[in-house]
Amino acid sequence: MQKAIKRYFPVFVLPTLIAFTIGFLAPFVLGVYLSFCKFTTVTDAKFIGLSNYAKILGDGDFLHSLWFTALFTIVTVLLINIFAFAVAMLLTKNIKGTNIFRTVFFMPNLIGGIVLGYVWQLLLNGILAHFQKTLTYSSKYGFWGLVILMLWQQVGYMMIIYISGIQNIPGELIEAAQIDGANKVQLLRYVTIPMVMPSITICTFLTLTNGFKLFDQNLALTNGGPDKMSEMLALNIYYTFYGRTGWEGVGQAKAVIFFIIVGVIALIQNKLTTSKEVQQ
Amino acid sequence: MNKKVKHGTLLTVIFTLLSLLYLYPIILVFINSFKKKVYISKAPFEIPTGKMYVGLENYIRGIKQTRLIQAFGWSLFITILSVAVIILCCSMCAWYICRVKTKFTKILYMLCLFAMIVPFQMEMFTLSKIANMLHMGNPWGLVVIYLGFGAGLSVFMFTGFMKSIPLEIEEAAMIDGCTPIQTFFRIVLPIAKPTCVTVTILQAMWIWNDYLLPSLVLDQRKYKTVPMAVQYLKGGYGSVDMGAMMGTLVLAIVPIIIFYLFCQRYIIEGVVAGAVKG
Repeated sequence: MQKAIKRYFPVFVLPTLIAFTIGFLAPFVLGVYLSFCKFTTVTDAKFIGLSNYAKILGDGDFLHSLWFTALFTIVTVLLINIFAFAVAMLLTKNIKGTNIFRTVFFMPNLIGGIVLGYVWQLLLNGILAHFQKTLTYSSKYGFWGLVILMLWQQVGYMMIIYISGIQNIPGELIEAAQIDGANKVQLLRYVTIPMVMPSITICTFLTLTNGFKLFDQNLALTNGGPDKMSEMLALNIYYTFYGRTGWEGVGQAKAVIFFIIVGVIALIQNKLTTSKEVQQ
Repeated sequence: MNKKVKHGTLLTVIFTLLSLLYLYPIILVFINSFKKKVYISKAPFEIPTGKMYVGLENYIRGIKQTRLIQAFGWSLFITILSVAVIILCCSMCAWYICRVKTKFTKILYMLCLFAMIVPFQMEMFTLSKIANMLHMGNPWGLVVIYLGFGAGLSVFMFTGFMKSIPLEIEEAAMIDGCTPIQTFFRIVLPIAKPTCVTVTILQAMWIWNDYLLPSLVLDQRKYKTVPMAVQYLKGGYGSVDMGAMMGTLVLAIVPIIIFYLFCQRYIIEGVVAGAVKG
C-alpha cells in the first residue's frame, strides 16, 4: 500500500509543499540569513555579521518593549486563567442560563483584534475623559487598557476549554473524595485541579503565546503611545521594519530574537506543565 | 434543597448582570454609531437624541470611505477559498505523511510542528518581499500564502486524527481496486469529517480577522479586507472620523455575531477539539 500511495506524491504532497515553502520555509531561512545582513530590499543584502544584533543592545525602545511585553504576559496569563477557571467552575454547577452565558463570554473571540481595539478605545477613553486623561496619557493606562481588553477577549475562550476539562472528570472520583470526607477546598486542590491539568497546560500555553505575540490590539488601542512607551515586541519589530529606513536588518535580528524567546517559552512551558499532568 | 435553589438563582442573577456588562462595549459602539461625530468623543455615554442624532449618516460615510462592501467581498472570498484549499491540501498531505513512512515525511512533519511556534514577525518582511517578487499581491496569491502558513497546524491536526484510523479499512478498499485517490476521497476524508470541522473553524477565525498578513501582501489600492478597511480609517496621523469609525465597526461586528449565533455549537466544539489536540 505504501508503494501505491507513494506514486501519488505530486497529488498528495506537492501543493502543500510548494505553498509551505513559499509561505513559511523560504521566508524563514531567508529571514535568519538576512538578520546578519544590511539591506533595504531582499536583493541588495550585504553580509555584516553580528552588528545588527549589537545595535539591538543599544536600542532602548526595544528593551523597554521586551520588558513591557514580559510584564504584560505574566499579568494576563495569571488573570485570564484565574478568571476563566473560576467562571468555568461556576458555569458547570447547573445553573439556569448556562448556555446563554457561555455564548456571551465566548463571543469577543470571533471579532478581530483591530475591531476590538477600536471598540475599547471608545469605552476606555470615554471613562478616562472624566479624569481629563486618555489611554495614551501614560504607558500605565495603555498597559491596563490592554490587560482589560485581553481579559475581555480571552476569558471566554479559555473558559470553554476549562469547562470541557471539568466535565470530563469522572463523577465517581468526586463522590469517592466526598465520602472520604474531603471538603470543598480539598476537593478543588486534590481532585479538580490535578484532573484538569491538561486544560491548564493548553490554556497557559495559549495565553502565554497570545500575550507575547500580541499585535493587532496593541496597534488599534494605543499604537504604542505615548512615545513608544506602550509598544510591545511585535509592534516594535513592525515599526523597526516599516518606520525607520536602513533599520531593516536590525528589525530582522529583533525578529530572530523574538522567535527564540517564543520558542524557548513554548518548550519550557510544555516540559513544566506536562510533568504535572495526571496519568489516566 | 431550598438553599441550593436560592444559591443557583443568585448565581444566575450575577451572571446575567455580568453578561450585560460583557456586551456593554459593543452596545456602546452601536449607540454611538447614530451620533453626530463631534459628540462621540465629547459625550460617548449619552443616548443620541435631538441634535446629536444623525440617523444612518455614519454608516453611509463609513461604507463610502472604506469601500466596506468590496472589503466584505474580498474577506469572504479569501476566507472561504483559503479554508477550502487548506482542508483539501492539508488533509491529503497529512494522509501521505501517516501512510508513507520515509525520512522525508518525518522531516516534513517536524517542520509542520516547528511552523506552529514561529511568530509571524519572523517571516513578515521576507514573506512580503517574496510575495511581491512572485506577483502574489492579489487574493489568489494570498490564498497560496495562507495555505503555506496554515499548513503547520492543519497538517498536525489531520495527522493526529488519521493515525487512529484502522489501516484495514483502507487496505480493503485498495484490494477492491480503489486507487489511492479514490481511497482517500471515499474512505479517509469522510471519516475525518470532525477534524475538517475543527480545522475549518480555527482557520476561518484566524483568516477572517487577520490584519497584518493581508495588509503587507495585498496591493492595498486594489484589495482590502475588513480589518484593513477598519484600520484604513485611522489613516496616518490626522484626526479620525469617529462617526464613520463607529458605523464601520458596527458593520464589521454584526455579520459575525449573526453567523456565530447560528453556528455557535460547531464553533465551540471546534475550539475545544482544537485545543485538546493542540
